[in-house]
Amino acid sequence: MKRVGEVHSSNYLLAKFHDLVDWAVNSSRANSLWPMPFGTACCAIEFMATAASRFDFARFGMERQAFSPRQADVLICAGRLPFKLAPVIRRIYDQMPQPKWVISMGACASTGGIFDNYSMVQGIDTIVPVDVYVPGCPPRPEGLLYGILLLHKKIKGESLFDAVRRRDEQPLDEKGLRLPPETIDEISEPFGNSVHQFRSS
Amino acid sequence: MIPGALREAVARDGETIVYVPRERLLDVMTWLKETPGQDFDYLVDVTAVEYRDRERPLEIVYFLRSLKRRADLRVKVELQASEDLWVDSVWGLWRGADWLEREVFDMFGVTFRGHPDLRRILMWETYAEGYPLRKSFPLRGRFSRAEQVRQALNANPEAHYSLEELSIADAAGDLPDEMRDRLRRGERGVIPEPPSSS
Repeated sequence: MKRVGEVHSSNYLLAKFHDLVDWAVNSSRANSLWPMPFGTACCAIEFMATAASRFDFARFGMERQAFSPRQADVLICAGRLPFKLAPVIRRIYDQMPQPKWVISMGACASTGGIFDNYSMVQGIDTIVPVDVYVPGCPPRPEGLLYGILLLHKKIKGESLFDAVRRRDEQPLDEKGLRLPPETIDEISEPFGNSVHQFRSS
Repeated sequence: MIPGALREAVARDGETIVYVPRERLLDVMTWLKETPGQDFDYLVDVTAVEYRDRERPLEIVYFLRSLKRRADLRVKVELQASEDLWVDSVWGLWRGADWLEREVFDMFGVTFRGHPDLRRILMWETYAEGYPLRKSFPLRGRFSRAEQVRQALNANPEAHYSLEELSIADAAGDLPDEMRDRLRRGERGVIPEPPSSS
């Protein structure tokens, strides 16, 4: 092991260089997120309130809402997602350039919520990878802002040079699924008031 | 009015419900629309009810309104769930019945004879789990969640917009057979008569 004071140590310099690059890149990314709003229900109303002047998420760098997925960094799914929209949100996610993040806003987007029925996706994490889940039905704007700040924190912990902390593309497998079928069945289990219902009933 | 067409009439809470046998439905509807003094020129809604009580028949409900007379009328047709579910389409009388009847077909599996374009409207064309609002349909659907997600993710949403587009879409291969036949014939589609019509 070399002495700490050795300025010409390549290890020492290289590590600091990585940190510097990560700090610069992550700060830029986190502080200028362009959200792609995917509002399907009442959560979208709270999302609009968050974007409007009283709460104003432009204060956190989300100045520009990108209504085109090709110019967006973060997909905010606000509202319940029916199976009919599943290929749509997946395609929007696929069209977003790397790096990209997903916020699942509200109980329905995160778990299916009260819609534990034949037509509703039980959590968008069966379709796209989710970074931040915002609970609530619907969440207040403060809740969404807190979720956005958590996403900032998560982005600032990423690293370009570390394969574990780097964001890589997460494509669908050959069956067209994001997760193994057993996992989807497991995380789609009934919960809350509907635990006494079974698939055959 | 037409003899034998009226099975039962109920007036309750200021609303009139008329029960009609399905063979006479089209006669009654034509009479209601075109007779002076009736003038039911507006079809508000077509829907259906299946009761939890298995003995009660499945009902197709028509909400009529006369804009001239400011009068409402509810017409019901009772179908036995054990038999073939069909009624005659009223699309020829009210064009607005098009999507209303498609929705009843989608949710209950009732065939509307003479409908020009009877296909699913809320669920997608290749939905294979059945008719969701029937009492025999399990709340969460027939397939597992993983299978539902797989089918949804592999669906091609753009392929199912309209029959005209369908005939050239690359999803023509995964359509139901009878629908592909209709496209091949180049028509907007007439649902074939069910073989066991009584």
